[in-house]
Amino acid sequence: MGSYLIRRFFLMLLTLFGISVLIFTLLRIVPGNIADIVFNAAGMIDVAEKAKLEKELGLDQPIVVQYVQWVSGLVHGDLGYSFVSEKPAIQEIAPRIPITAKLAGLALTFAILFGVPLGVLSAVKQNSGLDYVLRVISLSGLSIPAFWLGLLILMAFVKYLGTIPIYTNPPSGFWATLWLFSVPAAAVGFRSSALVMRLTRSSMLEVLRQDYIRTARAKGASELNVNYHHALRNAVLPVVTVIGIEAAFLMGGLIVTETVFNIPGVARFLVEAIRWRDYPIVQNLVMFIAVVAVLINFLVDLLYAALDPRIKYS
Amino acid sequence: MVRFFIFAAAILAAASTGSTQAAEPKHGGILRIYHRETPPSLSIHEEATFSVNIPAMGIYNNLVVYDQHKPQNSMGTIVPELATSWAWSADNKNLTFKLREGVKWHDGQPFTAKDVKCTFDLLQGKGQDKFRKNPRKDLFKNISEVTANGDFEVTLHLARPQPSLLAMLASGYTPIYSCHVPAAQMRTHPIGTGPFKFVDFKQNESLTLAKNPDYWKKGMPYLDGIEFPIISNRATAVLAFVAGKVDMTFPTEMTAALIKDIKSQDPTAICEIAPINVSTNLIINRENPPFNNIELRKAMALALDRKSFIDIIYQGQADAGGTLLPPPEGVWGMPPEMLRTISGYGDVNKDREQAREIMKKFGYGPDKPLKIKVSTRNLATYRDPAVVLIDQLKTIYIDAELDPVESSQWFAKIARNDYSVGLNLTGNGIDDPDQAFYENYGCGSERNYTHYCNKDLEALFDKQSVETNVETRKKMVWEIDKKLQEDVARPILMHARSGTCWKPYVKNMTIMNNSAYNGYRYEDLWLDK
Repeated sequence: MGSYLIRRFFLMLLTLFGISVLIFTLLRIVPGNIADIVFNAAGMIDVAEKAKLEKELGLDQPIVVQYVQWVSGLVHGDLGYSFVSEKPAIQEIAPRIPITAKLAGLALTFAILFGVPLGVLSAVKQNSGLDYVLRVISLSGLSIPAFWLGLLILMAFVKYLGTIPIYTNPPSGFWATLWLFSVPAAAVGFRSSALVMRLTRSSMLEVLRQDYIRTARAKGASELNVNYHHALRNAVLPVVTVIGIEAAFLMGGLIVTETVFNIPGVARFLVEAIRWRDYPIVQNLVMFIAVVAVLINFLVDLLYAALDPRIKYS
Repeated sequence: MVRFFIFAAAILAAASTGSTQAAEPKHGGILRIYHRETPPSLSIHEEATFSVNIPAMGIYNNLVVYDQHKPQNSMGTIVPELATSWAWSADNKNLTFKLREGVKWHDGQPFTAKDVKCTFDLLQGKGQDKFRKNPRKDLFKNISEVTANGDFEVTLHLARPQPSLLAMLASGYTPIYSCHVPAAQMRTHPIGTGPFKFVDFKQNESLTLAKNPDYWKKGMPYLDGIEFPIISNRATAVLAFVAGKVDMTFPTEMTAALIKDIKSQDPTAICEIAPINVSTNLIINRENPPFNNIELRKAMALALDRKSFIDIIYQGQADAGGTLLPPPEGVWGMPPEMLRTISGYGDVNKDREQAREIMKKFGYGPDKPLKIKVSTRNLATYRDPAVVLIDQLKTIYIDAELDPVESSQWFAKIARNDYSVGLNLTGNGIDDPDQAFYENYGCGSERNYTHYCNKDLEALFDKQSVETNVETRKKMVWEIDKKLQEDVARPILMHARSGTCWKPYVKNMTIMNNSAYNGYRYEDLWLDK
């Protein structure tokens, strides 16, 4: 196990190095830099002033030098300065992470709480009326675009409740936070729960046909025991994988939900930073999302062993 | 019957109470206006978008300013602000301002004539401190020197007379900056003398201003502060307004269709549509073939059906005109009868017939169309009219293809002359010919994208610029504008109108109708709730 952990650690470092090179290069391949955009906003290009700004921001340095400067800064905990706000990048990024983490956490909770039990129910009651209803719901969850669902929810709130659950000020207190994030989390969680529900159903259907399930029933085990103890435990591995992937996705992929519900989270900020070619923000945010994704994948791998004793890491 | 009289009396009483409230401003409350995007900075001098003017104008003061409650900006609506009075020298080459005493910057430092000098030094790049970018430096190039005569008098010395300088100084684009705050700080934490102090600016989240308790206008501002939550999705922003989460939409952001939608959901909302002095125009590369030939450029201008543009893109909420905003809202625009005499503004079918004849002369026809690309910024407000343009060009044997250019590359591409035909939007901060002519058509100006350069016409720019009689100047301006359209310098397709909505309890709101850049001081706005 120890050697496995060490190997995984170095693999993670290698992955992160690859991502850092990729994002750094891709950002500079995209046409235009902050100086172009700053001048575009003013409707003119002053070549001398633009060159001065590029020099001031270090954009005139060779790309390798810029990369080394960034990585050595990262190692020393210096993320640089945002080109747009001119504040330390850490000050811009750090407050947005808990916002997205709350939204992603709630959405994931919603997905697991609804997706897993309903997926089991759908499989157990295969081809029944309930199964059809749940399949329609899960298919809707997968096919309804998030922005459309989000707007529909907002319109319903405005029309029937005369209020709108969007973020315009930081909520104060636990209940205010829960209220503010629960609506967008439900909108996001609807899609994730649909995914989890469909995967749980198909995985369960496969497991329910296995000999050991028949044996468990023959030995007089209750349906609840068979479904949730014997079947679900064995069907849950692919579901855990998908939940892991969803968790990583939710940390950086909520651009539509954050835009519609006006949540100043990581994804919206990242898109805005890309629009401005705010390299320090984009590079560091993508690296943060990459670290989260790599760590979640690692945790999911460890969880496999906990869920299935047959899996051994050596 | 008795019930009817009681009911009528109650209504009268309510109405009279309402009017008393409207006449008596109330102090307090936070005005909430959604912002459409994260503004690039808060330094008005360094930016060229009303995304900055709208939230930042309340932080600053000008020497003089357009009366904030007269919708049409003109020389006659300019009122003193940090200056108490102004006077021209006999030769109209020196403009002296007496300055207000006892004014303090938000950090407590006193305002003096040195600050005025520092501002113009920054604008002209003369001081130690420099702007990162300086988009309006050309507007002030006629100022040869600024001298402070003691602490409370300042004189602007001009190279030649220029009465419209006052108009430029009155724009929301010309606040006075202090000597003691570096230009870089003004982008992120501005210090002004205005009615509101900067409190906080969070990218993608919000911008907050608080009442300046030491404001030199006693008793003002009425509001305790202004909050600008940044809501970049317009559908969400409109719903937030309807639900009362914000008191006002982002100024000039509403289309006719959106206003209809808002009024259907909130009939009490007050909405106004007005011209914003932003023109959609055609830029033709006059240096590269085939458009280096004036005849071909004329054929293109003759193909334009402006009414179709206005109906399709703005549902009728736009105006045909020349360079200057058309009347009645525009002060300097050509009268309609004059506009109709310019080729391309009359009978579309006849003009297109003429255009086809020109094209045939150059060997183009239905079987051999001229193939070009129409370049434009990859934004809906640019792309949509470009598509209509492509359709219209087909009628004169021009087979055009849309070339959407990534926004960050647009002006760089134009500056490189790397286009043949383009569609552009031009905003005018001030409804004044000097700004429009020198900036967009002056030889060598950075914003003269087509590099149109007519020395004779430039002499006329100078001639109208020194003219003090408004009516005489108007006639000169019309002739210049007519010539610009005839020369196909930058054919104007339309001048957009746009809307703003606010809740009825927001009082003293005035929407400027010939500029979208000048009416956001908000010092005497108040909330009746």
